[in-house]
Amino acid sequence: MSLATNPVHRNIIWVSFTTIVIREIRRFTRIWAQTLLPPAITMSLYFVIFGNLIGSRIGEMGGYDYMSFIVPGLIMMSVITNSYANVVSSFFGMKFQHSIEELLVSPVPNWVILAGYVTGGVARGLAVGVIVTLLSLAFTSLEIHSLPVTIAVATLTAILFSLGGFINAVYATKFDDIAIVPTFILTPLTYLGGVFYSISLLPEFWQTVSLANPILYMVNAFRFGILGVSDISLSVALTMIVGVVMLLTWYSLRLLNKGVGIRQ
Amino acid sequence: MAFALQIDNLKKVYGSQTEALKGISFNVAEGDFFALLGPNGAGKSTTLGIVSSLVNKSSGGVKIFGYDLDSQNAIAKSLLGVVPQEFNFNQFEKVYDIVVTQAGYYGIPAKEAGKRAEYYLKKLGLWDKRSTPSRMLSGGMKRRLMIARALVHDPRLLILDEPTAGVDIELRRSMWEFLKEINAQGTTIILTTHYLEEAEALCRNIAIIDKGSILENTTKKALLAKLNMETFVLESAEPLLEPPALDGYVTRLGGDGNLEVDVARGAMLNGAFGQLDAAGIKVTSMRTKANRLEELFVKLVENKSSR
Repeated sequence: MSLATNPVHRNIIWVSFTTIVIREIRRFTRIWAQTLLPPAITMSLYFVIFGNLIGSRIGEMGGYDYMSFIVPGLIMMSVITNSYANVVSSFFGMKFQHSIEELLVSPVPNWVILAGYVTGGVARGLAVGVIVTLLSLAFTSLEIHSLPVTIAVATLTAILFSLGGFINAVYATKFDDIAIVPTFILTPLTYLGGVFYSISLLPEFWQTVSLANPILYMVNAFRFGILGVSDISLSVALTMIVGVVMLLTWYSLRLLNKGVGIRQ
Repeated sequence: MAFALQIDNLKKVYGSQTEALKGISFNVAEGDFFALLGPNGAGKSTTLGIVSSLVNKSSGGVKIFGYDLDSQNAIAKSLLGVVPQEFNFNQFEKVYDIVVTQAGYYGIPAKEAGKRAEYYLKKLGLWDKRSTPSRMLSGGMKRRLMIARALVHDPRLLILDEPTAGVDIELRRSMWEFLKEINAQGTTIILTTHYLEEAEALCRNIAIIDKGSILENTTKKALLAKLNMETFVLESAEPLLEPPALDGYVTRLGGDGNLEVDVARGAMLNGAFGQLDAAGIKVTSMRTKANRLEELFVKLVENKSSR
């Protein structure tokens, strides 16, 4: 019996992929009070405090009023943290409960497992991104400069951080391990990644240092999509994001193929 | 003979020191009901873990219905169903979703998966619990859920690692009947168990593994034939104060004042009963002292340890 003639295998790629994605979406929508509600509340506070109260005293940033300037950054921040959090908590949760074995004993190819989890992470990242965007409309008017760039950058960023979350989950052996990276790496890089300010405000030395922060490229590329302004060239930012996505995909597949963290 | 499972010189070393499998080889014929027995840490779970793709082997080969687990991984896995020893489903998911999701991993579309989930959940008495989060199930229900999940893609080889651990006797018997039924329908079954009574009741062929090596791999009949002595427990109408001397038999008093009689294989019991009758001892019931397979298992493992 070959793979082509075995009825089980004719559908396996598509059916198993959609099964993983549906399960992932079902998971984060079932616990919406932990996944979708908190970013909506947090970002509303950011809009009120930094945008309305403090922002009105700051004046313009990058040629836009402060509220308009920070909205793209805050949307991106939501996409980054939620796509990462979805995959890291879901995959580690499966490892912790050993339910990852359901997948490991099955004939689902490793790349489908990865694609399924990443798509789940992208779905949550973009869902929260849309929620935050809709909330932002209560505080400012958004005129999108380029919808294709906006969608492409948000999606690629969600893919990148979903992959990051996956790698974190593979190596994690306890719950502390899935909190360390978001707390000590992701949050500082996001705050220093040009969400709240233009790097042109920084001294030259710190501008150069900031260029080593990958989140700066994503925030600026997204800001270009919405406002049409950016501290970084769009082509440079897109090249960087796509390059890192490819690198993380290769590394994630390598981990899965070797069974690191999931097979004895 | 067609084989459901072929294991060839399988080795597993954990870290750089612990040699869990020392190059074991055995085959399981298609349609067999096969037991893999051994004490804790013998290598049973490592062997089944490698066959299930949950453990990376150090060397050797595994074929499932002739498909190599390395080079024909997908098709080999699709023919296999696994019921692990530990509960390994998502505790927050509902019973029905767990089974349907597992079917999806084998390429079974949702509609067909739903039908199969309904069939197996009904068959295993879990249909009423289909909307219950799995963590709310009792231990026995969780075991049955894992069996339903393992069968949803109709595997030709089913591996059960301690399937009735912690299950009450009534439920264990009903699970035995169910396993016999699916075996009779053509599914090859490999079982590990600590209840040797279970292996004796269900399996046709038995391999005994200890310290990473196979000690025995033969039919149950051949294995039991190796026993040269069997102990019977006789309950008397009046409690005995000392064991009666029976010519040709070794006797002693067991717990509760019962009489234990060792009978050589092939010897008759009539002589013992005749002598008991002559001594005025009335026997009200009789049973074998221990599971026969258990006695043999202990002897084999002890012999190996003392070498």
